[in-house]
Amino acid sequence: MGVIGQSIKRVEDQRFITGKGRYTDDIALPNSTFAALVRSPHAHAAINNVDTTAAAAADGVVAVFTGADLEAAGVGGLPCGWQVDFKSGDTMKEPAHPVLAATKVRHVGDPVAIVLAESREQAADAAELVVVDYEVLDAVVAATQATAEGAPQLFDDVPNNTPFDWELGDQAATDAALASAAHVTTLEYDNQRLIPNAIEPRCAIGDYDGARDHYTLYTSSQNPHVIRLLMTAFVLGLPEHKVRVVSPDVGGGFGSKIFHYAEEVLVTWCSRQIGRPVKWTASRSEAFLTDAHGRDHHTRVDLGLDADGNFVGLRVKTVANLGAYLSTFAPCVPTYLYGTLLQGLYTTPAVHVDVTGVFTNTTPVDALRGAGRPEATYVLERTVEQAALETGRDPAQLRSQNFIPAFDGVEQEGYQTQVALQYDSGNYGAALEKALAAIGYDELRAEQAQARAAGNGRHIGIGFSTYIEACGIAPSAVVGALGARAGLFESAGVRVQPTGKVTVFTGSHSHGQGHETTFAQVVADGLGVGIEDVDIIHGDTESVPFGMGTYGSRSLAVGGTAIVKSMDKIKEKGAKIAAHLLEAAEEDLEFAEGSWTVKGTDQSIAFGEVALAAYVPHNFPEGLEPGLEFTSFYDPANFTFPFGAHIAVVEVDAETGVVAVRRYVAVDDVGNIVNPMIVEGQVHGGITHGIGQALFEEAVYDDSGQLISGSYMDYVLPRADDLPSFETDHTVTPCPHNPLGVKGAGETGTIGSPPAIVNAVLDALWPLGVRDLAMPLTPQKVWQAIQQAS
Amino acid sequence: MSVAIKVTVNGQTHEHEVEPRQMLVSYLREELGLTGTHVGCDTSNCGACTAIVDGQAVKVCTMLAAQADGAEITTIEGLAANGTLHPLQEAFRETHGLQCGFCTPGMIMAAWQLLERNATPSDAEVRHALEGNFCRCTGYDNIIKAVQHAAESA
Repeated sequence: MGVIGQSIKRVEDQRFITGKGRYTDDIALPNSTFAALVRSPHAHAAINNVDTTAAAAADGVVAVFTGADLEAAGVGGLPCGWQVDFKSGDTMKEPAHPVLAATKVRHVGDPVAIVLAESREQAADAAELVVVDYEVLDAVVAATQATAEGAPQLFDDVPNNTPFDWELGDQAATDAALASAAHVTTLEYDNQRLIPNAIEPRCAIGDYDGARDHYTLYTSSQNPHVIRLLMTAFVLGLPEHKVRVVSPDVGGGFGSKIFHYAEEVLVTWCSRQIGRPVKWTASRSEAFLTDAHGRDHHTRVDLGLDADGNFVGLRVKTVANLGAYLSTFAPCVPTYLYGTLLQGLYTTPAVHVDVTGVFTNTTPVDALRGAGRPEATYVLERTVEQAALETGRDPAQLRSQNFIPAFDGVEQEGYQTQVALQYDSGNYGAALEKALAAIGYDELRAEQAQARAAGNGRHIGIGFSTYIEACGIAPSAVVGALGARAGLFESAGVRVQPTGKVTVFTGSHSHGQGHETTFAQVVADGLGVGIEDVDIIHGDTESVPFGMGTYGSRSLAVGGTAIVKSMDKIKEKGAKIAAHLLEAAEEDLEFAEGSWTVKGTDQSIAFGEVALAAYVPHNFPEGLEPGLEFTSFYDPANFTFPFGAHIAVVEVDAETGVVAVRRYVAVDDVGNIVNPMIVEGQVHGGITHGIGQALFEEAVYDDSGQLISGSYMDYVLPRADDLPSFETDHTVTPCPHNPLGVKGAGETGTIGSPPAIVNAVLDALWPLGVRDLAMPLTPQKVWQAIQQAS
Repeated sequence: MSVAIKVTVNGQTHEHEVEPRQMLVSYLREELGLTGTHVGCDTSNCGACTAIVDGQAVKVCTMLAAQADGAEITTIEGLAANGTLHPLQEAFRETHGLQCGFCTPGMIMAAWQLLERNATPSDAEVRHALEGNFCRCTGYDNIIKAVQHAAESA
């Protein structure tokens, strides 16, 4: 049918461009109450008393609940879904994460009480009347301070604020390689904390139906089934089958809507207490304070090169700031999603990484678009570029000479890294060559040399980033062995209706990725039906069998493959029906373009006729069940490994320190591509997110733990006039272990772009004597670096 | 403690008693059920709530409903005429100018204002005109293309 590889316009767009999207806050249930949270203004404080008397008596207030109320009702704490044990073998320290703090608050924004009222405004007003008697304690904010002697301790049972430490690779071999290296490049820096900022603030509505003893939770989540499982089994102790979780249209996630949040528990539990729906919508201030943050590593890296520029060893030591509690997947982000990627694209024979996770009095940190892999890529690509600058080598050439040679994972085996993973397939040189050609590398270097010679104040820089990431998470047995407390398969139900129309129930969740189009293309191709004949249902635990949700660029590789598996079963059963109706042997049939044909004849029967026969089985194979519907669960054989080469061209205004991104070329290899338009959109958004980190975004806390970048006046998101138009292209190295040959495209840009931008700025300023710059590269920082260097 | 207002929204006249502190966006969303206008920040930074008030693109999260008395308002739901999409709506679909869709109504309204004032903007002018509207998904590139596409097809 040729629909795979076509830039089909998105079927979901009609509702969004006409204002008919249905986000959680758009749902208005009859008789609803509205919730406001009382949140800690202190980063660290003991709670002596919570007085709700005045709030409870305020206009319109229906009820007020505190941490003590929840404790008395037996409500549990928020669970962590990943266990990373200490290097010593000791078990991860896992302190309680209360839904409402009862005795102690540990970050600004930690919730203490919930007020329910007839209107949002009344709830907000009454929340102001709750009097909390705090005894303020010293706070610890920076990762590097958390383990210092005498540092404030967040939990009595977590010594040194350290819930786990972790290592991977051969330390002795790495140390030896570095000791004998001809040149060692060393960097020490912060990969700064970011705040996710999906434009839709989080929202949750709880609705208890006493007549059925049944709960519905509407929530802006990337994975409704996971939320239901965590909330029912670990927090509220409710029977899972009595709880429905719906994630309708979701306005961006970027990781921040994966996690199980306190407000989801609160609206569900409170709705039962008062017998009415409860709705909570975050303000932007609450989003800044309570959406799980991302990154926040302090890292020292040493890269050793021999006299010819071959990498001989890489040593990485990182302290990862986890914030005040272990968020749902927090422990895996700075470990298994980070350390395992430090081989990069290179043949470095010795790699060792050492990570310490620490608690601080800040918002919890968890996965944010890329999750660990942008941090790993920054380690490698900043350091490799620095080594090129230090040793006077061309950064493209230095990378090329150290690349792992091409392998397809079929004829040639996958590549076994020094840090646990086996890459599926890759052709790294091809992506870099294509990017160099696209940007016109030689001409650019000539222009740069001319500008330098002319001394005309044009500081042009060219920066590279050649990255790899692990996506399509993941084989359940593998992640289970690594500490995951969940499987990471995906499910898909494919229902062929009697008229041959197809309804797909996927456990993946779209919050902008365009599943309703991409998955429809996969089904149209697989069953030979029209795209308009396919409907994709997601985001509702009542209709979808099960689902692990969307994150880690896994939807098509894992969720899409589950759909293919179900279609295979449909075609297998359909062939039996077709053979019966055609009075032919099953093995003589072939299925193509929506019909079964007896090979070598013009005898055929259309998919729709077989579907009808399955539901009107008057003339039907003996012993075969009626109906044409299958559900499959797909557990991948390996991660997928997208990769690519990004090149940024910047111009720095030395007078003001302003960095202008002049060009940005991205050549990504995401395996086979189903919808190029959608993939390009994902790449654009990812690059922008990464440019945000490189140039603009930073969560800043003061020493007392106040978030001083807690609004859009202080936290800088990239705007339309900050950015260039992007130049994107692809190489295609299919994934050898899934039937679609796809690798995942949601995070490539975010992973690749930060070092490309920073490297470009350093390349521009190297002749001025600037040797390092810390993200974000604000005009002030760049200007100061220039002044200090000259 | 309430204020009587009369507004025309998408061609329909409404009369309501509103609280003096009620914002226009909550009036549109909660009283009139026009949930296409979104709240992203309630501080007039993100632009998700942009609607057209008396011919001007306004961030209605920081305008009081009471201030809209007598106003003529167009929201995203009222942009299509007689079932035909506005060229901007078509263009956003055509160029993949949206992903999650949350910023899209505000973005379209801000772009509508630009094209009213400047029918043939340069790319830089489009970028400048939309710098008050955040999009976290698209990287803006395809939004710029959408506005240019609409300008060409108008």
